[in-house]
Amino acid sequence: MTPPRKRQVRLVVSLTLAVVLAGGLMYTSFSAADPALTPSQLVRHARVGTDVQLTGTVVKHSVRDLPGGAVDFALADRSGGGPTVEVAYSGSVPPTFRVGRELIVTGELKGRTFVAQPSSMVTKCPSKYSSAPSAT
Amino acid sequence: MAFAGRVALVLALSVALYGIVAALYGARRGRRDWVDSGRRSVYCLAAILTVAMVILEVAFIRNDFAYNTVANTSSTTTPLLYRAAAMWSSQEGSLLLWVWLLSIWASVATFITRNRLRDIVPYATSVLLGFGAFFAMLLVFFDSPFAQTHPAPTEGAGLDPLLRNPSMLIHPPMLYSGYTFFAIPFAFAVGALVVRRVDADWIRLTRRFALASWLFLGIGIVLGARWSYYELGWGGYWGWDPVENAALMPWLLSTAFLHSVMIQEKRGMLKIWNASLVLAASTLAIVGTFLVRSGVLNSIHAFGASTLGIPFVTLIAAMTAGSVYLVVSRRGVLRSEHSLDSMFSREAAFLLNNVVLVGLCFVIFWGTFFPLISEAVTGTSAAVGPPWFNRYTVPLALILVLLSGVGPVIAWRRATLANARRNFLAPIGAAAAMAIACYTVLPAHSSIGAVLLFCAAAFVVASVTQEFWRGWRARRATAGESAPVALLSMVRRNRRRYGGYIVHVGIAVLFIGVAASSTFQHEQTVSLQVGQSTHVGAYTMKYVKATGSVVTDPNHTGATMTLGALLRVTRGGHYVGTLRPSAGYYPASPIVPGQVVASLISGDAVDQIGLQSSWRRDLWAAIKPLGTTLPANGTQLPEESLVNRADASISPTWSATTQLYSAYWELRAIAAHYVASPPPASFTLIASPLVMWIWIGALIVLIGGLTAIWPAPSALRDRVRARYLARVAQELGRA
Amino acid sequence: MTALIAALLIAALLLFVLWALSAPFRRDAVVGAPGDTDARRALESAKEAKYAEIRDNETDYRTGKLSDEDFRALDRQLRAEAVVILRAIDELAARTSASSV
Repeated sequence: MTPPRKRQVRLVVSLTLAVVLAGGLMYTSFSAADPALTPSQLVRHARVGTDVQLTGTVVKHSVRDLPGGAVDFALADRSGGGPTVEVAYSGSVPPTFRVGRELIVTGELKGRTFVAQPSSMVTKCPSKYSSAPSAT
Repeated sequence: MAFAGRVALVLALSVALYGIVAALYGARRGRRDWVDSGRRSVYCLAAILTVAMVILEVAFIRNDFAYNTVANTSSTTTPLLYRAAAMWSSQEGSLLLWVWLLSIWASVATFITRNRLRDIVPYATSVLLGFGAFFAMLLVFFDSPFAQTHPAPTEGAGLDPLLRNPSMLIHPPMLYSGYTFFAIPFAFAVGALVVRRVDADWIRLTRRFALASWLFLGIGIVLGARWSYYELGWGGYWGWDPVENAALMPWLLSTAFLHSVMIQEKRGMLKIWNASLVLAASTLAIVGTFLVRSGVLNSIHAFGASTLGIPFVTLIAAMTAGSVYLVVSRRGVLRSEHSLDSMFSREAAFLLNNVVLVGLCFVIFWGTFFPLISEAVTGTSAAVGPPWFNRYTVPLALILVLLSGVGPVIAWRRATLANARRNFLAPIGAAAAMAIACYTVLPAHSSIGAVLLFCAAAFVVASVTQEFWRGWRARRATAGESAPVALLSMVRRNRRRYGGYIVHVGIAVLFIGVAASSTFQHEQTVSLQVGQSTHVGAYTMKYVKATGSVVTDPNHTGATMTLGALLRVTRGGHYVGTLRPSAGYYPASPIVPGQVVASLISGDAVDQIGLQSSWRRDLWAAIKPLGTTLPANGTQLPEESLVNRADASISPTWSATTQLYSAYWELRAIAAHYVASPPPASFTLIASPLVMWIWIGALIVLIGGLTAIWPAPSALRDRVRARYLARVAQELGRA
Repeated sequence: MTALIAALLIAALLLFVLWALSAPFRRDAVVGAPGDTDARRALESAKEAKYAEIRDNETDYRTGKLSDEDFRALDRQLRAEAVVILRAIDELAARTSASSV
């Protein structure tokens, strides 16, 4: 095989390999991903039994301590108002947890309550990069 | 004064636009004076933006709350250093910092190239000024840092306590320096492609700038990981968060560029790769800048929806389209001069290196943007988590580490069995020895991935040591210098090569730390009463006693009350160390009359990690002193009923100062009560091996990078040149 | 008071910018220097790059990454390329000095 032909073959083989691997990666990502929903979306398409990444703001007067370090609270959409979702959470709570703060928990909807995976809470850094003045 | 600031920004925009026109006109008409005027615009831009920065910083330092940005992010109670840093904690301030840094680096680049690359410079200047104009336009029309409110509020919102630590001072400017620096190789790559000149001169210049951006960005990434580990309460240093990934992607591509440009220098190959890598890395740097402020993706950093989405996406689209057009239309100039002789050669290893790094970047890109992709494809936004990322990045990282050991010792063009034996025997032996050690001496065989990585790291260290040894031996033989002098002069004469080798060792050490600390970590979140112990791996941690203190700080500069614990750590009965985790309670702003005591501690709480690091393992503890959660605002106040009683005992008829000092007195009593009879507290406890190796590895990488980027002393250059000149002249005479 | 400082600052900035950028308009600029200096610098850096290559080649040979024949062949080729560059530099120097006479 002449050198230019060899180069062409090599190029085609490696590109095909790359495309196949990338395709495999992309395909598996769809099944490996958890839907990211807001409380109103979760209420609308109540997906029982699948893991969901729930993002919302902690609702005022909804926080309740339970013995053993667990805590229950309700999440609403960032825009406020709309349906809220009750969350049962256990595990480490970041110190930045407070009413009005936006956070992400991963878990699944069991009945009417969202049971979060232990220590899956991520609170977002307090709002600073918005053009409008922040409320906190 | 704010008006002067606004004028400065408009002037900056005008100067940038003028410079673009002048430089391009001068390039088309061959008029040096117009090109020079364009170049001077870069210096003018830097000067004007410096003035704007100074005006804004002065406003922050003087607590001028008429400025909206000062009122939103600072307060009279913020300490001076953090007031100055608060300037870049807002969108408009950070944009100004970005474009100011860009103008400084652009001025440096313009100065360095004042007498070189005459055909490329006008186009590079226009691209740099184009970036400047874009950001100036954002600052003038979209989000001005000089917007004011009259009458001015008397107090500001204050800087969030989570941001009140030294990392906040360094991390953003360092990352921004890294991001903005990428504009320079981008500009010169575009210029070189436009005039169809991608020769040695361009390579030398671009490589230096790319190395600088690589170094800055790398430091920024490591600092971010350190901040996450030391300050945030989750005990990890990397979470595959979109903003972490946003900085990592351009870094990976520029790593690829720094390597494969060597092949272009030596063999005239991989030119299309190099041009594409430079352009892509810089475009991803802009994407990263956009991601951090866009609210487009769910992230620990993401904030409210930004108004800057459309301009940024337009810029990114323009950069991408322009880059693709340039590379495709100039592919004639980018043709390889040679082709690959063998799959077992240095050239092939570097090519594989490129492929792996780009592959890593693709995986991270896909995972980071997956919520948007899945929304576009399926209608629901879905996110992939760290397990998905780890599944694909870990094997790729393993191959990368292995390659970093193969690259330095493999032969050029065609590796024969003979020189393979000569070069690879020792490194393979080291890897085998490590494998044996993993199964015998260190009990580290529970994870095959970790074992493979340790072996790969041993391979790298051995091959680099071999390179140093051989080079040193050769130097001593030819130059007859003494041992230490030979080592130093060997490195000095070839800083790039040996600096690069040092970086490889640093990366290997860093990955050893990552592998060990992720695979063999023991973590627990547990609620403990005083006197109780728990087991974390081989360690026993006992909650010995509670601690508490109150700081009388009428200026509210720090945490008012700190509650914590003393943990005694033992292993096999022997005392190992003491950890003192605590939680600091900051005052809320403003202080609510009638609830002074509660206000003093119901601001954000900040974890103060109890940490004991040694080179063998880290013992990490975070505490959450449990108390009742205030339903009203969800803050967890320890001893809520005591706090309410204390507030009730402070009469609102007293003067503000008296109320305040009484509140401190009451808080002291509450803290003392907590120490005397503490309720159970929730602890997150981690015992993690070899975490320090990560930071040490990063430091080694930094040293290697600095070695590589340090310019060779000119005297040395002249001496070397003279010697070679003589030898080449000999042949000239013979020819 | 601050208004006065601000006004002076703005004026100073404007004047500075006008002075710095107006050279082409004033037409008292020097005619563009001959492109030869650029060419000379390009050749100089090509020469330095070539010397670095020769040095690197030697180091690679000493550390076992090149076989004997590969090294000798490459060394010969690189030195020949260096000679070409040196000749080009000499020619350029001769041309420039000739044209300035």
